[in-house]
Amino acid sequence: MPAQPLELILGRQFVDTLSLPAFLVDPEGNLLFYNEPAEVIFGLNFGETGGMRVEEWATMFTPYDDQGNPLPPEELPLVKTLQDLKPNSGSFYIHSLTGKEIHIEVTSFPIIARQDRFLGAMAIFWKIDP
Amino acid sequence: MKVKVWGCRGSLPSPGPENNFYGGNTSCVEVTDGETFLILDAGSGIQRLGRFIDRNIKEIHILLTHLHIDHTMGMGFFLPLYDPSVKVHFWGPSSSVTPLLQRLRKFFSPPMFPVRLADLPNHPEVHELTYDDFYIGNFHIHSEYVCHPGPTLGFRIRLGDSTIAYIPDHEVRLGSTNFPNDPEWTSGFELAKKVDLLFHDGGYTSSEYDQKVGWGHSAVQDSIEFGALCQVKRMAIFHHEPNNTDEQLDAILADRLEGRNLSFPVELCREGAEYFL
Repeated sequence: MPAQPLELILGRQFVDTLSLPAFLVDPEGNLLFYNEPAEVIFGLNFGETGGMRVEEWATMFTPYDDQGNPLPPEELPLVKTLQDLKPNSGSFYIHSLTGKEIHIEVTSFPIIARQDRFLGAMAIFWKIDP
Repeated sequence: MKVKVWGCRGSLPSPGPENNFYGGNTSCVEVTDGETFLILDAGSGIQRLGRFIDRNIKEIHILLTHLHIDHTMGMGFFLPLYDPSVKVHFWGPSSSVTPLLQRLRKFFSPPMFPVRLADLPNHPEVHELTYDDFYIGNFHIHSEYVCHPGPTLGFRIRLGDSTIAYIPDHEVRLGSTNFPNDPEWTSGFELAKKVDLLFHDGGYTSSEYDQKVGWGHSAVQDSIEFGALCQVKRMAIFHHEPNNTDEQLDAILADRLEGRNLSFPVELCREGAEYFL
C-alpha cells in the first residue's frame, strides 16, 4: 500500500484529535479514516473495519429526509463536495448499525493541496438531539 | 554516484573547535555523476563547495528542500552564480500562493543581500516542485512534501541501482499515525523506502523533542525508528543542533544505539564525509 500524501496524513491526525465526529475520504469517496466520536454515532469501529471502499460504506447507511424519503447519494453533502469540490452542508436522518434513528447535520469540505491537487474531502458531523 | 557532505548542522552555523569533527556548516550535500552536478540545499556549506567545484562543470542544479534560512543562507556566496559560463538551476517547493522565484528574490535583495537575481551574469532558472518525478542527467529524482513548517520537500535520488533519500528537516512523529508501525500513514515513507543511504533529521534527544513538538524536527530515536520502518541500508543522522558539541553528539547516538540490534548501520552525518554508491 503506497503511503498517503502528507496532506491526508496530517488531515487524519487532525481528525483523530477532534471531539467532533469526522470522516476523511479520498477523491473517489473511499473512506480512509473516521475518528472515535464518529464510531459512537455510526456504531462502527475503525480498528475493526479499517478503511472502506465507497461501495462498502455507502450502503451501510440509508439517509432519509424528515418525511422519511430516501435521499439520493447526489444530495448528500460529502458526495456533493466530491463532485463540485466545494464546501457543502446538509441535514438528514440515518439509522446507525445498532438500528437507532439519528438526526445529523454534516459539513464537508474538499482537501485541495498546493498546486490545486484534489486529494479528497473531510466531513464533520453534528448529532442533533431529539 | 558520489555524495559529499558540505554541511549537516541544523538551524545555525556553529563553527568552533568543539564542533570540528561533525562540522559547523548548515545543510549542503553534493551529489554527482560525471558532469551532472546536483547540490542539495544551499546552507552555509555551499560557500566552501563553490570554491572547490570543478571549473569544467558548466551546469549546476541546486535542489532546495525548503527556504528556511539555514538551507538558503549560502546562496549569495556561491561563486559559480557569478561565473557567466555557468548555468545554475534552482529547484524548490511550490507554495500555495507565492511563486518560488518571488520567494527567492527576497533573499537576493536588500536588506538580506546586496545583489539581486537580475544582477547575476546568468539569471538562474527556477523550477517549482511538488510531488514530482523528473530526470537531471541520469539521476531520477522524486520529490514529495514532508512534515515540516512551511512548504518542505524531501528528495529520493536514484542512479542505476543506487538510491539515496535526503530528508534533512522532518518531524516524522507528527506526520505519522501509530508511529512507527504504519508506513501508509507515515510522512516521507515513499521517499526513504529501502534506500541505500538515508540522510534524515535527528536534531533532538527524545526529552528535547517533548519540549519542541511542532517545531518540525525529529528526535534521534524517532529518526532511527523511521529508518527501520523504511528498511534502509544505511542511515546518516542530519541536522545536528547548533548547541551540541562533537562529544555530546557522540553521547546522544551511543545512548540511542545501546542494546539495539539494528539491521543497518547508523552514523551521525559529518561534514566532509563522502559516500560512493
